[in-house]
Amino acid sequence: MKSPATESNSAGTAEPVPNHRLPWTREKISRPRRFSDRLLAPLLLSPAMTLILIFVYVFIAITVWVSLSNWHTLKIDMSIREPLGATYGQMFMMPRWHANLRNVFIFTTLFLSFSLAFGLLLALLLDRKLIGHTIFRNVFLFPYALSFIVTGIAWRWIFNPETGINILIDALGLNKLIQAMGGPPLHPGWITDPTVLFSLNNWLGALFPPIKSMSIQLGIPMALIPVVIAAAWQLTGFAMSMYIAGLATVPHELREAARIDGASEIQVYTKVVIPQLNAVTVSTAIILGHVSLKIFDLIFAMTGVGPGFATDVPGIFVFEMTFKATRYNLGAAASVIMLLLVCVIIVPYLWTNLRKR
Amino acid sequence: MSNFPFAIRATLPTKPRDFVVLAFLILCLIFFLMPIYVMVVTGLKEATSVSLSSMWDLPTRLSGGGFMEAFQRLRPNMGNSLMIAIPATILSACWGSVNGYLFAKWKFRGSNVLFALLVFGMFIPYQSILIPLIQFLEILKLYGTIPGLVVVHVVYGLPIVSLIFRNYFANIPDEMIEAARIDGAGLFRIFTNIMLPLSLPAFVVVSIFQFTNIWNDFLFGVVILPNPQSQPVTVALNNLSGSFSVDWNVVMAGAITAALPTALVYIFLGRFFIRGLLAGSVKG
Repeated sequence: MKSPATESNSAGTAEPVPNHRLPWTREKISRPRRFSDRLLAPLLLSPAMTLILIFVYVFIAITVWVSLSNWHTLKIDMSIREPLGATYGQMFMMPRWHANLRNVFIFTTLFLSFSLAFGLLLALLLDRKLIGHTIFRNVFLFPYALSFIVTGIAWRWIFNPETGINILIDALGLNKLIQAMGGPPLHPGWITDPTVLFSLNNWLGALFPPIKSMSIQLGIPMALIPVVIAAAWQLTGFAMSMYIAGLATVPHELREAARIDGASEIQVYTKVVIPQLNAVTVSTAIILGHVSLKIFDLIFAMTGVGPGFATDVPGIFVFEMTFKATRYNLGAAASVIMLLLVCVIIVPYLWTNLRKR
Repeated sequence: MSNFPFAIRATLPTKPRDFVVLAFLILCLIFFLMPIYVMVVTGLKEATSVSLSSMWDLPTRLSGGGFMEAFQRLRPNMGNSLMIAIPATILSACWGSVNGYLFAKWKFRGSNVLFALLVFGMFIPYQSILIPLIQFLEILKLYGTIPGLVVVHVVYGLPIVSLIFRNYFANIPDEMIEAARIDGAGLFRIFTNIMLPLSLPAFVVVSIFQFTNIWNDFLFGVVILPNPQSQPVTVALNNLSGSFSVDWNVVMAGAITAALPTALVYIFLGRFFIRGLLAGSVKG
């Protein structure tokens, strides 16, 4: 396998290297090769970088153009729509888009807080290394390996109001208990329920009157809660794994020292261990946060747009406007807003992480 | 990554608090296994015995349930998914290893900026590139073809794969490279003779990670392959669950069938799987 050139190289170094060689000799020997290699690295990277330039940056630029264009039928029309940005204006007037923004905000908030808190709790409990902890950990992470479509299908069945959870509520005697206390039996519609909980419209409307005339309720759509549970089921294991990896970097001496200093077991965690995990929390929140801003497959398979757009999100809006309604400029405009939302959290993250090196 | 975070060491519960913790973990275990239980028992039931009121019950008699029909319906699409995921995984792993090596060990002016531009590509919502992507693939006569989808997965896999390899190679001491360079080895020989032999774990991690991602992809599959005959299994499964003529036992059996390859990868290679998801997210 050896080429003549490399053989002569290894023959050259086979001679004993004198110890007293001056520092600059090494420089002198390796500089010419280093120079050509320095040119070689960018050259070898150029195919990949060219593809990324096209598939990411040029394509985003084209999408921005489409969002500003007149292309709203099957016939391509890249002429710029007057006035500039009219499609965005049109979109931000749509009640459906308002519902989208509300849903993605509520979904992200609930999903993030739930999976981070639950993931941290599981990691801390598993950190005690009780019997069976590897089995627990493997089961908790297992859903991460599944497709969102599979998750969506399974949970759609579980949250079907005619079966699933509602049968369990009956079987556990919860409804008997409620009825005995004089309440109406609990029979939530889950993913078919269009109600919005904790609506803030009246309250916010008092501060800012235009909100009173909004066509959507600013609150937590009931149908979104099962979706949050399904997403948390799938991704809590990821948060847990991140925290387990983070916990492994917190030295045991630190905890021992705190215990010797008289800290209670809870204080050891709240005052010593958890503050050490801040960086992990930030990375996990950013990764899960950008996943939830982009969420599409799970909701598409589980609920679709939902009753009264209760589970509609920008990911689905883009898909339907572009590929079902062929309103390309509107779909593109929504996707540009999605991209901007993701950039708000990803760009600072990349900036701080890659500058550190 | 040399210090793997999950040490295998277990203690028996002794204090009452330990039993509370164990009880809580078992409750969580039940919650996490519940959807899998539902899928399995529903999939194993006969079409006639799938009813809304008996959803949680075990199947009354042993039979293939919906699995025969699900497998027959999804078999061509399972094949498509393999034909998409395997070449795309191999290609992106090989290509990404070169990029990762160059970014880790052959830094040049501006290489960090290039790397940031590359990594940004893994975070974008793919919705924001779909329209030009389809037009571009149409020009190349790749739209609607499986090789077209392979190209798409390879390109959009480059950021994450290069990142994992870069982080892996960055841990190989510079002294080794310096020593090889003094011995006269160049960029290529350092890669083939030093880096590649050391990088088998990284290849395993990346392959598992990419295979899982590509197998589970839905958006690219549904958009780039409109023809049902060539669609990947995730898209076929979604179509199956959306058609009213198909019974629920078949849908659930189909969900298990579609999930099986990645589930098996997780069960048998879970160690590498965890490393992959950590390597893809934790910097450095």
